[in-house]
Parts: sequence; C-alpha cells; structure tokens
Amino acid sequence: MDHLAVLVVIVPLMSAPVCVLLDRSRPAWLTSLVAAWFSFGAAVMLLLRVSAEGPLRYSLGGWEAPWGIEFRIDVLGGYVLLIVTAVAALVMVFARHSVEQEIPHDRIARFYAALLLVFAGLAGITVTGDAFNLFVFLEISSLASYAAISMGRDRRALSASFQYLVMGTIGATFILIGIGMLYMMTGTLNMIDLAARLPEVSDSRTVRAGFAFLTVGIGLKLALFPLHLWLPNAYAYAPSTVTAFLAATATKVAVYALLRFVLEIFGVEFSLHAMPLDRILVFLGLLGILSGSLVAVFQRDLKRMLAYSSVAQIGYMVLGIGLASVTGVTAAILHVFNHALMKGALFLALGAVAYRVGAVTLREFAGMGQRLPWTTAAIVLGGLSLIGVPPTAGFVSKWYLVLGTLEQGLWLVAMLVLFGSLLALIYVWKLVEAAYFKPPPANAAAVAEAPLSMLVPVWTLVAANIYFGLYTDVSVGLASRVAHDLVGGGG
Amino acid sequence: MTGELQLLLILLVPMLGALAVLAASPLPNVREGVSFVIGILLFLLVASLAADLSWDAPPTLVLAEPIQGLQLVLTPEPLGVLFALIASLLWPITTIYAMGYMRDHHEVNQTRFFTAFAVSIGSAMGIAMAGNMLTLFVFYEILSVATYPLVTHRGSVEAKRAGRLYLGLLMATSIGFMLPAMIWTWHLTGTLTFTPGGIFGPEVSSGVLSLLLLLFVLGTGKAALMPFHRWLPAAMVAPTPVSALLHAVAVVKAGVFTVLKVAVYLFGIDTLASIAAADVLMVLAGFTILMASVIALRKDNLKARLAYSTISQLSYIVLGAMLGVAAGAVGAGMHIAMHAFGKITLFFCAGAILVTAHKSRVSELNGIGRRMPWTMAAFAVGAVSMIGAPPVAGFISKWYLLMGSLDASHWFAVGVIVVSTALNTAYFMPIVYAAFFKPEDAPAISGQDDHDHPDHGEASWPMRGALMLTATLAILVFFFPGVPLALVQQMAGL
Repeated sequence: MDHLAVLVVIVPLMSAPVCVLLDRSRPAWLTSLVAAWFSFGAAVMLLLRVSAEGPLRYSLGGWEAPWGIEFRIDVLGGYVLLIVTAVAALVMVFARHSVEQEIPHDRIARFYAALLLVFAGLAGITVTGDAFNLFVFLEISSLASYAAISMGRDRRALSASFQYLVMGTIGATFILIGIGMLYMMTGTLNMIDLAARLPEVSDSRTVRAGFAFLTVGIGLKLALFPLHLWLPNAYAYAPSTVTAFLAATATKVAVYALLRFVLEIFGVEFSLHAMPLDRILVFLGLLGILSGSLVAVFQRDLKRMLAYSSVAQIGYMVLGIGLASVTGVTAAILHVFNHALMKGALFLALGAVAYRVGAVTLREFAGMGQRLPWTTAAIVLGGLSLIGVPPTAGFVSKWYLVLGTLEQGLWLVAMLVLFGSLLALIYVWKLVEAAYFKPPPANAAAVAEAPLSMLVPVWTLVAANIYFGLYTDVSVGLASRVAHDLVGGGG
Repeated sequence: MTGELQLLLILLVPMLGALAVLAASPLPNVREGVSFVIGILLFLLVASLAADLSWDAPPTLVLAEPIQGLQLVLTPEPLGVLFALIASLLWPITTIYAMGYMRDHHEVNQTRFFTAFAVSIGSAMGIAMAGNMLTLFVFYEILSVATYPLVTHRGSVEAKRAGRLYLGLLMATSIGFMLPAMIWTWHLTGTLTFTPGGIFGPEVSSGVLSLLLLLFVLGTGKAALMPFHRWLPAAMVAPTPVSALLHAVAVVKAGVFTVLKVAVYLFGIDTLASIAAADVLMVLAGFTILMASVIALRKDNLKARLAYSTISQLSYIVLGAMLGVAAGAVGAGMHIAMHAFGKITLFFCAGAILVTAHKSRVSELNGIGRRMPWTMAAFAVGAVSMIGAPPVAGFISKWYLLMGSLDASHWFAVGVIVVSTALNTAYFMPIVYAAFFKPEDAPAISGQDDHDHPDHGEASWPMRGALMLTATLAILVFFFPGVPLALVQQMAGL
C-alpha cells in the first residue's frame, strides 16, 4: 500500500520505454491505457488514505529525508493527482481512434511514450516532497509535451512547439534559479524543511530574488497573463488528444506548484503580505480573465477559442489565490478541479468533431447540431459550465470566487469576474448558433456520429460537470479543507 | 402519498415527460397524447399537494447541496402553490391548442418543441416550489436555457437575432445583478431561505438594503421591467403557443413571481416600506406601465401589441410588490393569477387568427368577428380582463392593487393604475369594435399576398376549444376567486 505513492508515477514512467520497444500502435495504446487506469486507481486509494490518515511520507530507496528524496502526498497533492490521473484515464480511452487518424502510423508508439512521460511528470510533481525533484518532474513533463505537441497534423505545430519550448525553458530556468537560491540560504531541498527554515532568513535579498524567480517561472508554466503567449498556439496545433490532456492537467499542476511554493513553502505571511504578490495576482488574474475572454470572442478556430478561454480561466484561479482568504483559495482549488472537467469535456468533444470532420473552425461547425448531435450537445453543456450556468460545476466555482471577492469588499473585482462570464456567454453562443442555425456547408459529406470510445469519455466528463454542480461534498469539501490548511484556520 | 414524494413527482413528471415525448417522436399522436396526459397528471399532483398542505409544517425536499450550507430545496408556500396551480392548469390546455396550431401551421421540429416545452414547465415548477433563493435561481436559469430553442424555433435569421437578445438580456441581468445580490445576501445573513417577514436583521444598513433590492429586482430580467424589457417583444417570433404559455404565464410570471418572493420572503413587507429603493422601483414600474401601454397603442402587429401589454401588466405586479403594504402584495399575487387567464386567451386568439386567416395585423381585422365569432368573443373577454372591468378576472386584482395603493397612500400608484386603465381600453377596445362592427375589407389584390385566405371560417377545434376554455376560466375566477385569494392572503400574513 505504501508503495502506491511511488508506483503512481513509476508505472506510467516505465511504460513509456515499453511503448517504444513494442513499437506497434495497438499494444502501445493498450499499455498506456492500462498504465493510466492503474495510476487512477492508485490515486483514488491514495486520496482516500491521506484524507483519512493525514499526509503519507515515502522515502525513495529507503533513504531518509535530508539525504534521499522524499515523496509526500497530502490532501492538496492527492486532490490534484486525482484530477491528473482521472483525465489521463479518460483521455487514453478516447485516444485510440483519434491518434490513429492524426498521427502517422509509424510514430504512434513514440507518441504514446511521449504522452505517458507528460503524464508521469505531472503526476510526479503532485507527489514529490522535494523542491528539486519537482523541477525534474516539471522538465520531464515539459520536454515530453514539446515532443507531443510537435506531432500535430498542421505544420504550424512545429513552430508552436518551438515557441513553447523557448518560453517553457525560460520558465524552467527561472524555477531552477529560484530553487538554487533557496538552497543557498537554507541548505535543504525538502519542502517541509524549506518551509521551516525560510522564515529565519526571509528578510534577505536572496530569498526575495528567489521568490521572484520562482513565481515568474511558475507563471510562465501556468500561462499567467501576460506570460501566456505560448499557450494558444500550442493548444491549437497540438493533436486533439494532447490538447485535451494538457488543457485539463498541465496548467492545473502549475497552479498546484504555485500554491505549494507561495502558500506553503514561503507561507502566506511572506508571500502575500510582506511581498505584494496578492495584489499582483489579483491584478494579473483580472487582466487575464478580461483579455483572454475578449480575444476568445473573436477567434474563428475553435481550439484557439477554447485556448484563450483557458487563459481567462487560469485568471480565475490566480485571482482566487490572490484574495489570500480561505474562500478565495477554496475557489481557486475548486476551479482547478471544475475547469479540468469542463475543458476536458470540451477539448475531447472538439477532438471527436475533428475526427469526423477534419478541422474545427466556426465555418466547419455550421450545422453540426444535425451532423453530430451527441457531440454537439456535449459541447453545449460543457459551454454552459464554462459560462457558469447552474446547475453545472462552473456555477459553483463562480459562486465561491465572487463570495471571496465580496468578503473583502472588492466590488469592482466581483463585477469584472461576472462580466467575464458574460463574455464567455458570447463566445460559447457563437458556437451554438453556428451549430444549430447555419446549414451544413454545401460540400459537407454525410458523417456518422463519433465512435463510442470517444463519446463515452466525453459524456462521462459532461455528466461529471453536472454532478459536481449539484453534489459538492467531495470537490468543495476537499478544496476548503486544503484552503484551511494553507491559509490558516482563522483565515 | 407523502408531501416529499409529491414534491419530487411535481418536478420529475414534466422532466420525465420530456423524455417520453422524445421517445414517442415517430408517433405524433402518441407524442401529443403523452404531453397532454402528463399535463393533467401534473395539475392533479399540484392540486393534491395544495389540498392537504399545512402551512405550519410544509414538506421539505432536499435535492442537493451545491454550496456548503446552502441546499437546493423544495418547500411549498402559498404563492408558489398558486403559481404552480396556474402553470400546470394552463399547460394541458396549451397542449391541446398547440396540437391544432403546430399542425395547421405546418411547423417542423415538433418533437423538439414539445420536449423543450415540458422541460420549461418542469423548471417553472422548480421555481414555484423553491425553498430558497439559490434553488429559485437554478431553475430560473434552466428555464432561460430551456426556452431558448422555443424562441428560436423557426431557425430564421430573425429568430436567431431574437434568441440572442432573449438569452443575452436574461443572462446578463441574472448573472450580472441577481447572482451578486444573492451572494452578497448570503455573505451578510448566512441564509437564503424564504422566510415570512424577511431574513435581514437590523444590523444591515438601509443603504445596503436599497442596493440589494435594486440588484434583485433589476436582475430579474424576466419581469420585463424597463429598460430590460426588450427580450419580450423580440421573443414573439416564437410559435404562438410558446408566446401564450411561456410569455403570458410561465416565463414572465416566473419573473414577477421572483420579484414578489424577494419582496415578501427575503426583505419582508414591513422592511420594504422603509427602503428608499422600493420607491425608485415603484416609479420605474409606473413608468413601465404607462410607457409600454403607449407603445402598445402604436403597434399594428397584434402579437407585438400583446407583448407590450404584457410588459405593462407585469409592472402592475412589481408596483404592488413595492408598495410595502400587505394589501399591495395581495394585489400583486392576485394579478399573477388573474392576468394569466386573460393574456393566454388573447394569445390563443392571435394565433388562431394567424393560422386560420393568415392575418397578423390589427388593421386587417375589420369584420373578422363575423367569420370567427367564438374566437373574437373570447378575445373580447380577454381584453376586458386586461382593462380590469367586471365581470372578468382582471377586475379582482386591479381592485386589490388599488386598495393597496390607497392603503399605502401612494397617490402616484393610484394615478398610474387609473391612467393605465384608460390606455388599456384605448388599445384593446378598437380591435373588438373593428372585429364585430366594421365591414370586412375587400380581399387584397390577388398576387400581392398569396397567403390570403378570404374564405376562411372559424379556427380548428383544438384551438377554438382551448381559447374558449381559458376565456370561460377568466370569467369563472371573477365569480369564484376563493382559492387564489386564500393563498395570496396566507402569503401576505393576513
């Protein structure tokens, strides 16, 4: 049972070379599927255990903490791990047909290997208790994702991937410099030790510089406005499977890293009060919400539209953290969960459309309501969740976020957040109108509804959007528990 | 049957009915039969719930808990029961009417139509039975989305534009105003439960209360208070049964019902009297009543005239709610009921004229009463109800509204009601007069309008039956207003 903490990462990590060795598409897919579902099962068990018994500590290779690397899973890590593994499990089901169509046949096995590495890296970030190890996992996932993105059908995928590589590497370097500075001052890389020793030295320029490097670096990975420029291209040109997986997980893990460093290692007192990060995050979050939503309104390529919408949604999460209150952080963590559900559903559904129709621009989307009724209906429901219409998960996120802003009397911020929802209404409704009011293009071939292996994951996520809009014991319960731990019971 | 089970069924019957309608899609007769039977069943359920309900210990059904400490919960209270009774009574009648209308008018996508219809009624039931503001809001939003395909049913460019305005205005007001008002109230009081006498304690300043009231009432776009009324005339592109049931009963009444609920159960009638914003809203309602009437006077399209008449009539209810006296709330509650019968009759008539005679303009109706005597007689009944003259339903509620205005010594409100009555007469009576007493115009020059049916007769039986039934009901409730009056007085604590 204890070993699950490490197996949840090791199994997908080791499955990657297995895929390469098998070098055939079907066995590679099967390996990935089994690995993802294994990790998902492990994540469920881990979360159940840590939420009942408290944090789980695991020393790699039996080397105790200051010398060896420690994995440490608490409720926050387990929660994000659950999101990552659940999305991975569903995406792998979806992947089979989509990948066979979008990736050249001889590269499919390597594609799955890359996808598994991304997955293993993201999962690793959430379980590790070591700052440097976190950097390593971040690099594993990032490097693998550059490769995965570049395999997109469109040739522009290459330049998108290169752009992401440049920005991502800068981010990673900043993070590394930041961690180096912390190590210099405290002599430890273990997160708990860091948190314990930092307050003594926090009044030094080195720690402050390290803090700045870390937050900017994470901000790049997070696609925090104005460091988001890599994201729209990367999401738009990546293979459908990769887009869905990254959109639902990669930025979420970056939010996790931000929470871990800013709120736990540096502590609320230092990060959000001594350093003015709270105001910066609120301000940048708002800018991200407004600019991302506005730009999304004018997109004609639907993947790009949703990518800009992601920039806006990241704004909501960052804004919640910037509020520095229990409610605000609850809203942020909750939105990590809910946004994974909605964007996962939407990008997978778009992937299904792409599978049947080819590209997905507004023009091709005309008449989609008749051509692919189930897929389109899923997109409409996912879109409603994105807007925050009750009873969807998006509504619950919005409620807590607005409550958080009103608690602090930030009227203008609350209004702007709601204005962002109305912008979402506009871009989602452009899609709905195209799908249901325009006749299909004249040269459109008759197509069958997407295969069941695609519809099932899509509708599972759609159902989850509605379920977690009504019954929030798990999603809100865990999020508020984590927020209490991070921000402190008093708030 | 326990009360909780009844509540659950009231919500589930129309929702499952929507699925049944969908399943019966290939068989139109079965599909409409299912719609009708479900409507009757729903009405019986609501009636039986109302019959053995004790107001002291109403049944409570918790559906979910989306926000910690804040549940989705159904609890019947008098006003909600009244709203549910009316909506569920008029639904099966509308179904009969729709059968005739949709077939005679050769509408397509009828399955989508009847499905969305059932979901809309289900949402209206949820609104009616909502035990707290969050529940009401959730069903309010579902209703907006579920009625969207009905409004845009025709699928034309015009319908699409109307749909944009419809959803845009309703969502912008509800997300932009009502949602923050709700969250702020939750932050201030820690509850959103509808409580007789209100939920705000003395610690909440009157300035904050004013702002909250403005946000709540303006956030209820469905109440069509100016300047957020434009969606209603736009939504008239929908097939007439939709305009009839949804835009005379379910949707708009859901709006004013929300306003009244907020006034009575969140703020409390007594608190309301001391809030400055209530006066502001009353003036706005008065302005809407008069302005909409003046616009109605100038509309030649019959459905547009009815739409503006609805806007005007809805503001009576807002006006009554904002008076801050029990009699005003009684008048408002009664008007929710009374206006429904008259207005649905008028819409039914407009649709019957459109389908049978292919006429949609007031100026084309000269002498039509001789060809369609039953329809136009029913129209006359509806018109009298709008004016508020005896012996039709509208008189009762206007009486109570005037009583409330006098009670509160609000001479402004009294003046508005009097002037509006004159205006209502001015835009409805000429239609009745022209239909029965003016000679028929010569048929249009052939070729100019190939849709002209100069030799038409009376509307087909489903339409005629439905509109005569509602006209009869409008007269009957004048003589027997006992049930709605008892419910409304219970609500106002009289």
